[in-house]
Amino acid sequence: MNPTNWNRDPKNSVGKPRRRVDARARVTGQVRFADDLSLPRMLHCRLVRSHVPHAKILGIDASKALARKGVKLVLTGEHFPIAYGVLPVSHDEHPLCNDKVRFVGDPVAAVIATTEEEAIDAANDVVVHYESLTTIATPQEALATPEPRIHTYGDSGNVHKKVHFEFGDVDASFAGAAHVFDDTFFYEGNTHLPIEEHASLAIQDPEGKLCIWSSTQTPHYLHKALAKALAMDPAHIRVIATPNGGGFGGKSDPFNHEIVVAKAALMLGRPVKICLTRLEVFYCHRGRHPIEMRMRTATDKDGNVLALDLQTLLDGGSYGSYGVASTFYSGALQTVTYTIPRYRFRGCRAFTNKPPCGPKRGHGTPQPRFAQEVQLDRIAVKLGKNPAALRLQQLAQPGSLTANFMRIGTIGLGACIDKVVEGSRFRERWGKLPFGRGLGLACSSYLCGAGLAINWAELPHSGVQLRLDRSGEVTAFCGATEIGQGSDDVLANIVAEILGIPPFDVRVVTGDTGLTPVDLGSYSSRVTLMMGNAAIQAAERARDLIAKSAGEKLGVPASRLVFANKRVFDAQDPNVGMTWLEALHRAESDHGTLGTVGSYRPAAPAAKYKGGGVGPSPTYSYSAAVIETQVDPDTGWIHVEHVWVAHDIGRSLNPTLVEGQVIGSVYMGLGEALMEEQVFRRLPPRLSNALVHKIPSILEYKSLTSKDMPDVTTYLIEDPDSAGPFGAKEVGQGPLLPMMPALANSVFDAVGVRVDEIPVTPEKVIRALEAKSKRYGPDEFPTVDWPEPLKVAPPWEGGDGTAQNEKPRKSKIAKDGTRIVTP
Amino acid sequence: MTDDTPRTTVRMTVNGEDVETTFGTHKTLLEVLREELGLTGTKHGCELGECGACAVEVDGKPILSCLLMAAECDGAKVETVEGLMDDARLHPLQEAFADLGAAQCGYCTPGFLMTAKSLLDANPKATRAEVKEALSGCLCRCTGYQQIFDAVLSAADKMGRA
Repeated sequence: MNPTNWNRDPKNSVGKPRRRVDARARVTGQVRFADDLSLPRMLHCRLVRSHVPHAKILGIDASKALARKGVKLVLTGEHFPIAYGVLPVSHDEHPLCNDKVRFVGDPVAAVIATTEEEAIDAANDVVVHYESLTTIATPQEALATPEPRIHTYGDSGNVHKKVHFEFGDVDASFAGAAHVFDDTFFYEGNTHLPIEEHASLAIQDPEGKLCIWSSTQTPHYLHKALAKALAMDPAHIRVIATPNGGGFGGKSDPFNHEIVVAKAALMLGRPVKICLTRLEVFYCHRGRHPIEMRMRTATDKDGNVLALDLQTLLDGGSYGSYGVASTFYSGALQTVTYTIPRYRFRGCRAFTNKPPCGPKRGHGTPQPRFAQEVQLDRIAVKLGKNPAALRLQQLAQPGSLTANFMRIGTIGLGACIDKVVEGSRFRERWGKLPFGRGLGLACSSYLCGAGLAINWAELPHSGVQLRLDRSGEVTAFCGATEIGQGSDDVLANIVAEILGIPPFDVRVVTGDTGLTPVDLGSYSSRVTLMMGNAAIQAAERARDLIAKSAGEKLGVPASRLVFANKRVFDAQDPNVGMTWLEALHRAESDHGTLGTVGSYRPAAPAAKYKGGGVGPSPTYSYSAAVIETQVDPDTGWIHVEHVWVAHDIGRSLNPTLVEGQVIGSVYMGLGEALMEEQVFRRLPPRLSNALVHKIPSILEYKSLTSKDMPDVTTYLIEDPDSAGPFGAKEVGQGPLLPMMPALANSVFDAVGVRVDEIPVTPEKVIRALEAKSKRYGPDEFPTVDWPEPLKVAPPWEGGDGTAQNEKPRKSKIAKDGTRIVTP
Repeated sequence: MTDDTPRTTVRMTVNGEDVETTFGTHKTLLEVLREELGLTGTKHGCELGECGACAVEVDGKPILSCLLMAAECDGAKVETVEGLMDDARLHPLQEAFADLGAAQCGYCTPGFLMTAKSLLDANPKATRAEVKEALSGCLCRCTGYQQIFDAVLSAADKMGRA
């Protein structure tokens, strides 16, 4: 059988809108989230968090807490000498701080008691003595203040990471350009705000091993972090990712509280649970990096880009988290939407004494995408072109390599632009609406999973195991984690499609390191593509076993058999066939107990230079959006009237869920565009001068309510990509990206001002209206001492993906099979 | 909670059944439902009345259970998501939420369902604008609300025809 035909031609459940397989549990309150779990003899944990932003720990006095009747244990940094972290290059966290604290909220001790109330009271009794250190509040301060260092590793001083790439002679392109555009932007940080607060429950299981249920998007990384931080054999650790009550990237790091309750459960031999408060969730953060940006673009006389020169400065907060990847991502995907012949990218991440930043939906790419799409709008205005036409004339080409060696698959971007332009009548109306009303267009692209895993092991990124039961039920096991996006439905749908059974006949077991094959986690928009391809392999292997037995009995070549409607039959004569159950029994009789596996690992990236591992993906999704706004020039108030959004999905596996992801992305993007910000303020010196969250409550951290949400018109562009399962691409993150620039561009069309900062608030609109420049935003990009560039010739200038001036790198295989490459 | 924590006993009707329960007097209705009665379908997202995840129906009105002291609930009629089904049959709101993708992660869903139920019980012909208004105290980070509005209106339509 030709797998391509199967992939390209779904006949059963794939492509049909339908209730998700886990919908019933979700609408009856029966999904068991982490905090819904409780066990006999369960103890409760509360963390003691630092109230100072940067200090040495001189001593911890827990005697008063320990004297309380219900208190069973107090843990401190002494119990946790081993550091961990999600990226191999930044294992810089301890479950409880060892020698110093780095932000208000850093955990220094943990109290375990018989009730939650007792744990809270006892935690308040723990006295920590600090010696204050200079606080570093901003990346600019970090650059100017190399000492004291927040961490003793990193590129220098308080600079965590600096990168510099040059793909072709960018300066020569600028020198020969008809036009040069040079703009500075700032994108404020914001946070995920999942409605479920992080929770974990750990036990020492009856065999003495560790088992933890946790609201994590990445059970596999938590598994690794637990093994390292607790110095345990990973074969004796089981991590069960409970369904997440929203993740958005905020539950992707292995967290200190998870390791703490694991340790406590092992020490006490009793279940130990923690549920963070909303305040703690704000301080856990790992959200969007605030980024300062400077974007220079050289174009020819028609506005075609000749070269792009991007600088980014990221406020990383106090720990590494995914930050090295975030730094690369702030420059990696600028090239995949439009043809960019030459490209220079300089990125810098600084440590500051604030909660760590990390991955949030779009991870590192919404910020530079905002800069790029707003600048394209400026180019269109300056050259008297329609912004849609300017983009359409220079779309990246399908199947091509970009200047920085990202390999592009199919591109539905042109069709996306056409759809939103037609729906909004953008060509007729842009630039012509009455003062106060505007239209803005923007586009974007996103990964369908990272081409290179965080831990560079030559192992599958996703595995699926099928068990075919005599009852007709098929159980699909996969380490993927259901965070609400519908990954369980994707798994059931794909298996059902290939075996010709209803998706509701597939039992799904996911996110359990004790039962399921490894999947790297629900991040990078990787699950549909990677788990999906693994599921196809496993299901096709099962189908082939069954087809062989059924074909022999029916006297029909196996390749001619069709699996549909719980039957297996001859494509040429559908009456010649048998029931699914009969076919299953024949196969079990022939082959013995039925079970198959499938796995997926992306092809090696074309980018071979150091740092080229961030950005490659099996394929990229594309999105375009038009936003219509009404802006009040007296108050600056922005009312979003309507959003038209088109997404290049490759193929919709379940359109109901795809549309939900698109609208949900629009919602979260509009929140970022208009109001969401994770900002900090200094307490007065008499109150420790600490950097505290300005607004750590849901009421004050403004997000869109049902009344703020505009109507959204969604278009799904389906041009199947051979890299994806049945041609499917990602949808969870891409459609968020055009929202922020489209909103800013619509404000310009409405009232003629540029707000080069996210969020675009009424106050900034008013200040821009009052300014002579008709602009609000940063005046300049901070001075950064950039390293020498890694020079990589673009493919059309004879490049082969390696850097011309790179020192050879050494690689070694770590004990756990991880390949570690060092310069 | 220690041995000398003041305790209170109340009698309530929860999902149509009489319940007598004793708890630390400081507990909210949310905590009593989840921790004393095992009804974990009702969720918490802030415990400050800001997110709407804990909405239940008390005496026919939508109430944020994190803001109501359980000690005040003596004699109250409380409905939670666990009581929304008619025996094993889903409520029309539940059917519509399931079919139209109105529940993604499902964490805020019980609060939305109970708030929408109160709305439709009081105003079976609610308009889209009235649905938006009634649900504006419940936050959802996944859906962007549109599929929730569609589901509530679809359920209203079916309930009106039934």
